[in-house]
Amino acid sequence: MSEPAATAADAEPVLEVRGLHVSFAGRVGLGAGVAGKKAAVARAVDGVDVALHRGEVLALAGESGCGKTTLARTIMGLETPKEGEIRFEGQPLGKSPKVLREYRRRVQIVFQDPTAALNPRQTIYESVAEGLRIHGVTAQDGMSEEQLVARALARSGLRPPERFFLLYPHELSGGQRQRVVIAGALVLEPEIIVADEPVSSLDASVRGEILKLLLGLRDDFGIAMLVVTHDLGLAWTIADRVAVMYLGRIVEIGPAEDVLTRPLHPYTKALLEVVPEAGGLDRPYLSGEPPDPTRIPEGCRFHPRCPEVVSGAAAAAGVEDRCRGEDLGLLELRPGHFAACHLAAASRDDAVPTASS
Amino acid sequence: MSVLSVRDLEVAYATQAGPLPAVRGVSFDIEKGEVLGLAGESGCGKSTIVNAILRLLPVGAKTSGEVLLNGEDVLTMKAGRLRAVRWTGASVVFQGAMHALNPVQRIGDQLAESIVIHKLSGEKEAIVRAGDLLEKVGLPPRRLRDYPHELSGGQKQRVMIAMALACSPSLIIADEPTTALDVMVQAQVLSLLNKLRHEMGLAMLFITHDLSVLVEVCDRLAIMYAGKIVEEGPSGPVFENPAHPYTRALAAAFPAIGDARFRMAPSGLGGDPPQPDAIPSGCSFHPRCPVAFDECPTVVPDLYEAGESRRAACLLVPDQAGVPT
Repeated sequence: MSEPAATAADAEPVLEVRGLHVSFAGRVGLGAGVAGKKAAVARAVDGVDVALHRGEVLALAGESGCGKTTLARTIMGLETPKEGEIRFEGQPLGKSPKVLREYRRRVQIVFQDPTAALNPRQTIYESVAEGLRIHGVTAQDGMSEEQLVARALARSGLRPPERFFLLYPHELSGGQRQRVVIAGALVLEPEIIVADEPVSSLDASVRGEILKLLLGLRDDFGIAMLVVTHDLGLAWTIADRVAVMYLGRIVEIGPAEDVLTRPLHPYTKALLEVVPEAGGLDRPYLSGEPPDPTRIPEGCRFHPRCPEVVSGAAAAAGVEDRCRGEDLGLLELRPGHFAACHLAAASRDDAVPTASS
Repeated sequence: MSVLSVRDLEVAYATQAGPLPAVRGVSFDIEKGEVLGLAGESGCGKSTIVNAILRLLPVGAKTSGEVLLNGEDVLTMKAGRLRAVRWTGASVVFQGAMHALNPVQRIGDQLAESIVIHKLSGEKEAIVRAGDLLEKVGLPPRRLRDYPHELSGGQKQRVMIAMALACSPSLIIADEPTTALDVMVQAQVLSLLNKLRHEMGLAMLFITHDLSVLVEVCDRLAIMYAGKIVEEGPSGPVFENPAHPYTRALAAAFPAIGDARFRMAPSGLGGDPPQPDAIPSGCSFHPRCPVAFDECPTVVPDLYEAGESRRAACLLVPDQAGVPT
């Protein structure tokens, strides 16, 4: 699969994922196991290549069950990949505990639900300082632990920070709690923040402020961000690039303006159709449920639900057989804009050699 | 006569620290075949209104005002009449479909239960009707024999909708019916609700914090803040050209993709929604309001006329419209 290496002008990516596969084994009952029945294996991430550049905000979108959270968790080292590698600042991440420890300091995660992410019996100070203690940071930049915690809280918009030190999570609002979680990530001065649905559990009027904060961290400290979201509107507000995942694979990736306003992949188009908007009720949508990662279809994994196949557009363009039988990777169809679609490749005037028939 | 007419509804919960006002004087009407959307953040009182309409509030909650369902006041009904009106007069599609269904009962039995309880038919006919209901919401009748765990989230929500239709109520209350669902499934469920509403001429009260969903399915919108309606009117104009600064902030949280104004520019309000035990004086929105002025902390705004069949509770509105009310 070709690697979406972004623009050539870009320096080395801060994080690079190559050929990543993550799968989860299902279980079978004892009787069925004796009878020779095999457990279904869910291929949650099924061959992903992606690069994250310094100071870049990359949004990872898709339906639930598409593997976006598994990809984020694997990048964090919370899941073990079956195949493939993760490279940080050009170096493959090995199994050395020392390297992994350092990596985990520099890549931080912000979870979806701050109420669940914070220990209800720990003060805000303890919650933010925990990362420092785990990584044995007692002083940095000539600052004591207390000063580091205060600085992180202030950078997250909780001012004056001292006022929050001795409070407990239940004494804060949802937005403030999410700021504490972000402070806990910031205190270790990471290069990368992975944010898994960072605002979906917050009230609508508070979301914008948290997104502003995240964008500000990128601008002020050059932190790269991977934002996992199901909300393409959110991607439009904060992302430089957007990657769309379907059944464990990135099916389209490119600059946010391109992907969201001139999508190439029928799945991305379908996702954009269902973004609610005034007077949009009669829009087309995909029927059926999100597909099952234990049974990934042959050929293009989207073909059973693809409106272009159903409508005959794929057949008219002479690519239907390939949709049904030929698995494909990402193809660069516009500068920096990649999609995994036989039809989009065929409809392109100067089709790239690998995609021409 | 309106299907539902709520007049000066006030609800206060009983707490150890005294009564806690959750709804502070709300009035609205829903006509036959009309869908009203009620939007607001958590704690603004929208779910309290749902519970007040069917008198499902906890013991000790103080309610005043009128809730006229087909002309009858629910708040003063006798217990027997109330039981009869629940589900035949108004039914609810609750938020978490996954938790609202009984996991150890077949779908068909759960659907038939309300029909039998309300003595609309015998058990045999009730099962037949349950099958018809499933078809109506786009599920094959053989699903009657399934247990809830055999269905996906979207299918369970369809069953919940079928259940709400079981006794042919004149009003359906949908309380966050799609929040737990995936985007694609949400689109399916919304389109189903819209189809049913047109086919059956249902009146609906649609409640969610997601303004973009409301705009899509509702005829009219009412925006709530701190227990009061702060703006109401036809949904398109309210969303696209809000008169109240709170609606403006809420609408901006649902950016239009492709609109350059929202690109790399998330916008939100500072501060947090007020706690019901500490509602700010005057206009309760003033501490977070970007356009607040001297009078806002002291003057409680009424709902002023703000254009054609629109009203907004903001002191700036009378000036804009040129006619103070």
